[in-house]
Amino acid sequence: MKRMLILSSALGTFALAAQAQEVNVVSWGGAYEKSQVEAYNKPFTEKTGIKVNMIAADNPATPLKAQVEAKNITGDVFDIETSDAIRLCDEGALLEIDPASLPAAPDGTPAVEDFIPGALQDCAVANIFWGTVIAFDTTKFAGEKPKTAADFFDTTKFPGKRGLPKNPKRTLYLALIADGVPADQVYETLGTPEGVDRAFKKLDTIKKDVVWWEAGAQPVQLLADGEVVMATGYNGRFFDAMVAEGKPFEIIWDGQYMDMDMFAIAKDSPNPEAAMEYLKFATDTQRLADQAKWIAYGPSRKSSAALVGKYQDGKTDMGPHMPTNPEYMTTAVMDDPEFWADHQAEMSERFNSWLAAG
Amino acid sequence: MANALDPHAAIVTEATGLLSDGTLKTADGQPLARALARSSRRARRRAFLLVLPLLLFILLTFVVPIGQMLQRSVKNDGFSANMPQMSAWFHENPRGAEPDEAAWAALAGDLQAAAKARTIGVVGTRINYDLPGTRSLFTSAGRKVRDGLEPPYREAMLEIDKDWGNPRLWSVMREASSAYTANFYLAAMDRTRDDNGNIVQVAEEQRIYLKLFMRTFWLSLVITGTTFLLGFPIAHLLATLPMRKSNLLMILVLLPFWTSLLVRTTAWMVLLQQQGVVNDILVWLGIIKDNQRLQMIFNQTGTIIAMTHILLPFMILPLYSVMRTINPSYVRAARSLGATSWTAFRRIYFPQTLPGLGAGALLVFILAVGYYITPALVGGSSGQLISNLIAMHMTQTLNWSMAAALASLLLAGVLILYWVYDRLVGIDNLKLG
Repeated sequence: MKRMLILSSALGTFALAAQAQEVNVVSWGGAYEKSQVEAYNKPFTEKTGIKVNMIAADNPATPLKAQVEAKNITGDVFDIETSDAIRLCDEGALLEIDPASLPAAPDGTPAVEDFIPGALQDCAVANIFWGTVIAFDTTKFAGEKPKTAADFFDTTKFPGKRGLPKNPKRTLYLALIADGVPADQVYETLGTPEGVDRAFKKLDTIKKDVVWWEAGAQPVQLLADGEVVMATGYNGRFFDAMVAEGKPFEIIWDGQYMDMDMFAIAKDSPNPEAAMEYLKFATDTQRLADQAKWIAYGPSRKSSAALVGKYQDGKTDMGPHMPTNPEYMTTAVMDDPEFWADHQAEMSERFNSWLAAG
Repeated sequence: MANALDPHAAIVTEATGLLSDGTLKTADGQPLARALARSSRRARRRAFLLVLPLLLFILLTFVVPIGQMLQRSVKNDGFSANMPQMSAWFHENPRGAEPDEAAWAALAGDLQAAAKARTIGVVGTRINYDLPGTRSLFTSAGRKVRDGLEPPYREAMLEIDKDWGNPRLWSVMREASSAYTANFYLAAMDRTRDDNGNIVQVAEEQRIYLKLFMRTFWLSLVITGTTFLLGFPIAHLLATLPMRKSNLLMILVLLPFWTSLLVRTTAWMVLLQQQGVVNDILVWLGIIKDNQRLQMIFNQTGTIIAMTHILLPFMILPLYSVMRTINPSYVRAARSLGATSWTAFRRIYFPQTLPGLGAGALLVFILAVGYYITPALVGGSSGQLISNLIAMHMTQTLNWSMAAALASLLLAGVLILYWVYDRLVGIDNLKLG
């Protein structure tokens, strides 16, 4: 018995020692996780010897909130959306990150200036930008092809079903853009009751033609099956279908909705030092540029843009597929996390009530 | 030799145990009553120890989580725990009292402390539940007062944002100053409180929950009905065929039952969508034209079809197990006494299947009420159920108190229906297999 105790405590210490050499990263799974494993994790482990455990979640903010509630934090680094990063930071669930501690660009530009505005938050650092864009099946439009968000709502000129996500965040803005609201005034308009009415009125015009989707893989599938002729979805997913699977889709960048994904560290994370080291490494210029080799999401550092090369197939130029391409940025609607932290619940209720009205 | 600890031995005593005072004794001279009590106590203890693991399991995985859910649906101390001075002021001053300088000072002091402790987000989120659009009011004020604020506080706070003077905000803060609230239940029933604390309905375009509760119960009833209509003949066939054939058929029932739920749901999408197999066949047969393809999925129809298919085995299996035991000679006897086949079925056969039907209907209904993934995938806009909104509050708005309130109402609804069922049919008549 005594020997057993000694043995198990020795094993315990050994396990503790081993644990100091690893970091748990909670991310979104799928192709996105693969891009992070290839671009961040492998070189990180090679350089530091710290093992990286990837944990997949539908939305990593949910397990983080659950872990905080249960006061048992098992993840270290969480890949979350900006609105969640701000919200969880305000709730004291995340470590504050000093931007000065992040590595500078290769030309010496400090991180604070190198990151695209909004990419550095009190408790989180963005790694990628991703866009919600419209894609259409080119074979379904023999003559003129749709070009703008307004065309998406024009079922007389471009007949056929439309795929839209079943949430207010990524539908109301599109309705306003299509109704002629400039991209930079979308939130101003949504902030007023008349503006919300206007968005729902515009959505009413295509309500009977919409197939609603819930998971990111669905719009691609709906397009591929011919269930819809146009759909909005995440640009990386459409890119994958177009380039890797050769589907005849085309993306309309007009009125794209831009989001950031951010790395944040849980406050009582089991491996804070390793987590910090991982976060600094994964958000440096080269690593962010490398990720574009695996997935069509834009790096959050200006200095990474020049280093973005070709897709893993070696022939597709990634530049035109990046949501951060300057040409597409002019009509892009940036996510407003403060607005959604305030109005998410209210808008969701109204949106669901509108949906249920038949 | 008889053992005093052996209950059988204690009973099988010789008649000599009858003593002069009239008490029965065991072979070794102990009073029989005491020996019996001791041995039955031991038996009870042993039985209890045997069920203890299950009891603990149920306690840990069922009772505790449901208890936590119920607690969370009425308790949210996001405001009261992090704004102590404000909460104290609300307790000292009755409803309707104008906020005085002491109140404003308490507000400024609490905001500053919460901003420093990084709990300001929790406070703002709590108030935002009851008054949308106020979360940023708290977080932005927190950033500004972090380094302290100069009196007079009322003017200073209104300088930061004039919304701080909104009487509705003060009314909501008063509500939140107590950790326990019924507001989440009110919201779950499309109700809210006005400036004076009276319960009123929310604006027309915000009403959703009651509508979805009704729809959830209605759709579950419809699905229970369709599984009955489809399952009853199949179960009857299974029960009356010779064993060898019925086993083969049984595999056809069980195979889909063992297949992943997601696979079955997506299979229905492939079959029923507008460019899907069923529509293709109908067009090919010339029944419908190519431009009139039927919309059979991503709406209520899709939800009913997919859920009926998925829940069908839960109806067939209890029905089958009951039908198997029904003696065919009863129906034969009825027929020989002159009953038509319909009368014999209605008055003799069907009543005997009721225990299985009750069990199947209850199973299907309760499972359908809580169904989540199938309506989410094939429900479109008209096939959404209340569970989809519970999931939304769990994962998107992160308002777990609201999710708990909705889930508790759903649980209460199911319990009430269970009680009604018990009164009408009787739970003893249930046979699960």
